[in-house]
Amino acid sequence: MSLLQVDHLSKRFGGVVAVDDCTLSIPAGGITGLIGPNGSGKTTIFNLITGFIAKDEGQITFKSQRLDGLGPDSVYERGIGRTFQLARIFPRLTALENLLVPIRRKGLRALFSRAGWSHERSKAMEMLEFLEIAQVADALGGSLSYGQRKLLELGAVMMAEPELVLLDEPAGGVNPALLERIADRLRTLNERGTSFLIVEHNMSFVMNLCSEVIVVHRGRQIASGKPDAVRSDPAVLDAYLGA
Amino acid sequence: MYDRRVLMLLGLVAVLAVALLLPAIAPDSATTNIAVFTVMYVGLATAWNIMGGYTGYISLGHAGFFGFGSYALGLLLAKLGVAGGYEPFLFVPVAGVLTAVLAAVVGWFALRTRAATFVIVTIAFMFMLQLLAENLTSLTGGGAGLAFPNPPWRGGFFNIPFYYAMLALALVGLAASWWIRRSKFGLGLLAIRDDEDKALAVGVPAGAFKLTAFVISAALVGMIGGVYGYYVTFIYPQFVVDPLIGISMVLMVFLGGLGTLWGPVLGALILEPAQLWLAYNYGVSRLYLVLYSAVFLLVILFMPRGIIPSASELIARRRARAPATRAGATP
Amino acid sequence: MILVLEAAVLGVLTGGVYALMASGLTLIFGVMRIINVGHGALVVLGAYLSFVLWRNLNIDPFVSLVVTMPVMFVLGVILQVVFIRPLKADREALSVLVTYALALGIEGLLGFFFTSNYVQITAWYDTASFPIGNFRITYVYIYGFLLCLAILGAIFLMLYRTTFGGAIRATMLNRTAAQLVGIDVDRVSAVAFGIGMATAAAGGVVFGITNTFNPGSHYDLISRLLTIIVLGGLGSLRGAIIAALIMLVIEDITAVLISPVWADFVFFVVLVVVLLVRPQGLFGLRVRERL
Repeated sequence: MSLLQVDHLSKRFGGVVAVDDCTLSIPAGGITGLIGPNGSGKTTIFNLITGFIAKDEGQITFKSQRLDGLGPDSVYERGIGRTFQLARIFPRLTALENLLVPIRRKGLRALFSRAGWSHERSKAMEMLEFLEIAQVADALGGSLSYGQRKLLELGAVMMAEPELVLLDEPAGGVNPALLERIADRLRTLNERGTSFLIVEHNMSFVMNLCSEVIVVHRGRQIASGKPDAVRSDPAVLDAYLGA
Repeated sequence: MYDRRVLMLLGLVAVLAVALLLPAIAPDSATTNIAVFTVMYVGLATAWNIMGGYTGYISLGHAGFFGFGSYALGLLLAKLGVAGGYEPFLFVPVAGVLTAVLAAVVGWFALRTRAATFVIVTIAFMFMLQLLAENLTSLTGGGAGLAFPNPPWRGGFFNIPFYYAMLALALVGLAASWWIRRSKFGLGLLAIRDDEDKALAVGVPAGAFKLTAFVISAALVGMIGGVYGYYVTFIYPQFVVDPLIGISMVLMVFLGGLGTLWGPVLGALILEPAQLWLAYNYGVSRLYLVLYSAVFLLVILFMPRGIIPSASELIARRRARAPATRAGATP
Repeated sequence: MILVLEAAVLGVLTGGVYALMASGLTLIFGVMRIINVGHGALVVLGAYLSFVLWRNLNIDPFVSLVVTMPVMFVLGVILQVVFIRPLKADREALSVLVTYALALGIEGLLGFFFTSNYVQITAWYDTASFPIGNFRITYVYIYGFLLCLAILGAIFLMLYRTTFGGAIRATMLNRTAAQLVGIDVDRVSAVAFGIGMATAAAGGVVFGITNTFNPGSHYDLISRLLTIIVLGGLGSLRGAIIAALIMLVIEDITAVLISPVWADFVFFVVLVVVLLVRPQGLFGLRVRERL
């Protein structure tokens, strides 16, 4: 059974059709890659799923519940987290505080969530240690290196234990050594029960990490399956070679 | 580490003791008059900071809430026929609740906009309230003003009850500000200030949070406005919905340190006595405004981050010299 | 009915003046992304400059623009360079405060020199009128309207027909990109601020003939001008002009049908309605102000 089901999703910007009657199915428990040439609508799909932009048509179902019309905060509350293409963290909060921001409660109930403050703090420290950035716990987010920001953003989104996390180019702008660490940590987090959907241009990263790959082109799915099968799919080759 | 905390606690107790005993230390009414206004601005700046400092949404219209609270209390007292004395203070929280209701409505549409537009909407709101106070003559008395019951106290004692009322509200404001700063709610507000879309992406219900901060901030300002109205006993639209009151609290927060707990307090303690002194000496010729604007410009141009953040950065840098350089300090 | 029609015509004519003042304000926002809260005070300053030239040297207020517009332009460039340009971090918030402080400073100086008594500039054309159908229109409204039309036309010509205007429009669209293609954004900003001030001077003259004013008049002005540019959509010249005309017509009709004391109030009512229906204003692009 699929964790996230996207049916006949469409989005137009003026005359440009960014997502065109797109249907996707993301299985529970896996790491799924979402690939496609530049401008194929991957980030738009992310923005539609997470409620950052409103869809024109179609429906999105998560754990058998519709996500229609929910804002980004409500989508997170339902259990879908995301990261951004250029790692976004809170520059004037410390690294530790960055991890304490995420909330999975509704509206005003979130106001009074103070219970387990120290418990949460130690959980945040564990996360920093897990990502090997505990040494910068008290440094301001704005003073961190890009790689540290990437790790911090990942750690923050994991804090409220979402069931599914959408990662927008986790390998972008990251050096090879760190790339290894990120891949390794993602595998561990996946084993602990979180599913991932990854948009990524680094093919070896995708092929190594993902259990399944979905290829989109011009706003719709053109192929899906095991990485090896997808790699040799002629439709995929056409899309990438610009047929 | 520990003796620093003890030191801070001792300092706090000392400041609080001085604040509580001030009327006994300096009982002449000239001093207590200055004290009433200074503590009033401590409260106003602290309240403004809860919205403007924590969320980064700059409201230039808080004078509207100040005036509304003032009129709300004045009208309540008039309609209920409350006599002068201590009783009017009991109605201050009611004025606070009324202001909170107004703020919830205003915030509901003002917060549909971000940054630049929000500033403009708050300014427009303030002038709208001023206009209403002027035009609803049958209710507010319009330009003729609205009278409060006469406080019965005479001579040197006159200022004392007002001083403690203002002090109590300032302490409530500080307690709220402190609690918010330490709570998950406050962290959410700071996250909104840094990057609102990112905050949404990690589940911060930005709309509800901003509105709550706005309402808390406005309700405090409204209550202070109520006490102010009773203190001056006669209010006019232009005097309580005064843009200068609105901008003064903002300036104090910026001087002391935006988004810090003690910045607004420090800013008010420095600026309000200076402001009163300027008004006293240069109030008749309009040079008062020129000097005020000069102070204003100096603060913004030379200390845009405020005293407390600048000072604590200096201390941090001193301390950082010892344990070598921090890992990965470059972005 | 005749009264309403008369009010509408008057609304269009005074709307032209507000269109000019608001276009300066929205231009400044568009180029620098700052809200010039001091714009009202600058209009009042312009009015006082012409007032002095008229009172002391007997110079016709419209003629005095030959002097006051360049003077205000230079003053604008200086203010931008000294007070706005140094702001680096947190520009948006700090610039609001700086321009607010400038407004207070100007108000204080004007109060020092002219006291807070109300004054008005007078000329033969502010009482002389000519008939249109069943009612009469004072010449000053026509002259003011034509003046504003001429200046707005000049601004549009400059923006769309000159290289420098292109640089201004590029900066309005995307500051960073404009910088990347070699546009001196600082210079563009200073000039835009100067142009905004020159429009304030021109608007100030017409304002000063058609209204009595004192140094505190800027509050009333700025709250109207800000409302107009939000309605038109921040940074949209076309929007500011149309919003100014619409607002002033509505205001004048309200004054006739209900009461002049409620005329100002409709400004805010319309603002609230627009924010509920269309937060980006009539012509504003949906600016993601933070993203």
